[in-house]
Amino acid sequence: MKDFSALKKNLKKDFSSLKKIKVAVLGDSATQFLCQALRGEGYDKGFDLQVWEADFNQIERQVFDPTSELYEFAPQVVILFQSAHKLLGKYNKLKPDAQGSLAFQELSAIESFQATLQSALDCKTIYFNYTEIDDAVFGNYANKIEASFLYQLRKLNFGLMEFAAKTGNFYVSDISSIQNEIGKANFFQPSVYINTEMVLSIEAIPKVAAKTVAIISAINGNFKKCVILDLDNTTWGGIIGDDGLENIQLGTLGIGKSFTEFQYWIKKLKNRGIIVAVCSKNTESVAKEPFEKHPDMVLHLEDIAVFIANWENKADNIRQIQSILNIGFDSMVFLDDNPFERNIVRENIPQICVPELPEDPAEYLEYLYTLNLFETVSYSNEDAERTKQYQVEAQRATLQQKFTNEDDFLKSLDMISVVESFNKFNTPRVAQLSQRSNQFNLRTVRFTEADIEQLGVSGAHFTFSFTLEDKFGNNGMICVVILEKEDADTLFINTWLMSCRVLKRGMEHFVLNTIASHAKEQGYKILKGEHIPTAKNEMVKDHYKNLGFEQSGEQWVLDAVGYENKKCFITIK
Amino acid sequence: MEKNEILNQVLSVFHDVLDNEDIVLTYETTANDIEEWDSLSHIQLVVAIEKKFKLRFTSKEIQSWKNVGEMLDCIKEKVA
Repeated sequence: MKDFSALKKNLKKDFSSLKKIKVAVLGDSATQFLCQALRGEGYDKGFDLQVWEADFNQIERQVFDPTSELYEFAPQVVILFQSAHKLLGKYNKLKPDAQGSLAFQELSAIESFQATLQSALDCKTIYFNYTEIDDAVFGNYANKIEASFLYQLRKLNFGLMEFAAKTGNFYVSDISSIQNEIGKANFFQPSVYINTEMVLSIEAIPKVAAKTVAIISAINGNFKKCVILDLDNTTWGGIIGDDGLENIQLGTLGIGKSFTEFQYWIKKLKNRGIIVAVCSKNTESVAKEPFEKHPDMVLHLEDIAVFIANWENKADNIRQIQSILNIGFDSMVFLDDNPFERNIVRENIPQICVPELPEDPAEYLEYLYTLNLFETVSYSNEDAERTKQYQVEAQRATLQQKFTNEDDFLKSLDMISVVESFNKFNTPRVAQLSQRSNQFNLRTVRFTEADIEQLGVSGAHFTFSFTLEDKFGNNGMICVVILEKEDADTLFINTWLMSCRVLKRGMEHFVLNTIASHAKEQGYKILKGEHIPTAKNEMVKDHYKNLGFEQSGEQWVLDAVGYENKKCFITIK
Repeated sequence: MEKNEILNQVLSVFHDVLDNEDIVLTYETTANDIEEWDSLSHIQLVVAIEKKFKLRFTSKEIQSWKNVGEMLDCIKEKVA
């Protein structure tokens, strides 16, 4: 991780090609360095964070005064940093009988900040949680005394999590976990605090910036979707081809505990929706044997979406994994104990993230925890099904090879789609798709759950979600369309995005048939579309042209009245 | 360590933290003489010097120096 000086040097670089995001920082301690570090870290993550810093200790005034500079600046992200030190200051001034309600009062204030911000701004709030301070007034007994500072601080942190869990557009930047990682003596430097009112040490600032920019980055659709594992000495101890099934280290054998715990971590990631793939220099049958037969293996073959074991170059194998999964290299993490393999992969595929695993496998997990690789801003039940879906995709590919005629293949799939407008059940998945889809995404507008709810009540939109199911399995929701009422005749396609898992299945035709007939029924005459190019959505640059839209300046229009349904083998349910 | 040797090491910290290789330090230099040296970068310098010499200044010391020479004396005392 870069230190503060290095981040500061970024400030002199050219930000002009980076995505601009307006960020307001409001703190009750000195935040100048934090602001510089945020902008510097943003540069490394591909953002031009235009940071506006409120004057010291002005959170209430800025938030509650509708004419304040905050609202004039109109930020897309508002960072609120109320420090544990100032919290302790408030606690110290309370009468003893009021100390037990500190957490409750602070939480009410935070809730009203959030409500006020959301009513006036289209913004995401990032709130820093509280780093632990034990004022040692009660000793361990503080855990039994509700009015102790430690009790109130922890209660407040827990309350923040509960509030965040039920509140859209509100994210917690977990700086308390940074203090746990580096220790309070490194996180907080009293002499710096006394001289500058800064509660973050110079050492802690880059970590706080990284943790915070990770949220901004994830909101903007950048996050990891897949982890690729080496096997020998990464997933288990020893070399399966040399040592044999009974001698590889797992469970209680040798340093097997390290690998077992590592596998549990991977399993949790898989359950959260991260795709797990294997890339190993091995004979395939030998590499699969532990997955099938070893009693201490936590990971099984059904956890692995793509399994590649051969003697080819790993960079080529990873390219193959990428082509099967159809996700960007920048959303992949490659874990391998061998520095040589890591370098080959890094040199050939610079976008992929290749952590420099410690030499001692006992340290793998602690090291990986500190990297915060898998930041996300959404989670839905479908995530848990993702591995299954990719495995099913591999089966479909096998079937397709048996058909010479594309139509016959598509017919044989017995495809069914459920079409619904957005509702409270599908909102999390709609938001997630809008954040995850980069390639088949015409305008790349990102929506949070709160944004989606807003669309539902605006009255200015028609919303569509599409699922796709076939005889092999259910892909779940794979496509989202939002139509915006532009005028009495025209519906503008604000959003059309689709999961790349269902390419070449005729879904585009099915979607167009659906929205064109909806437009007609509602009395509209024209469908208007637009492609906004990004680094990743080249695949859809001729999307509207291919569907028969006519070019009109930068946009594409279709006569909905004269539209005839396109050929398609998907049945509506 | 000789005061002059400390000066050279402190100078390299200034160059790095303030990102300016042209800075020249004497015992008499003050923050007024160097454009990039403000109250904020002062703290950055202090922390970087603490790291370089593996020492800690007290809050009072940080506020007390009138020029670079006094800071060097303080460092010299601690590394002796």
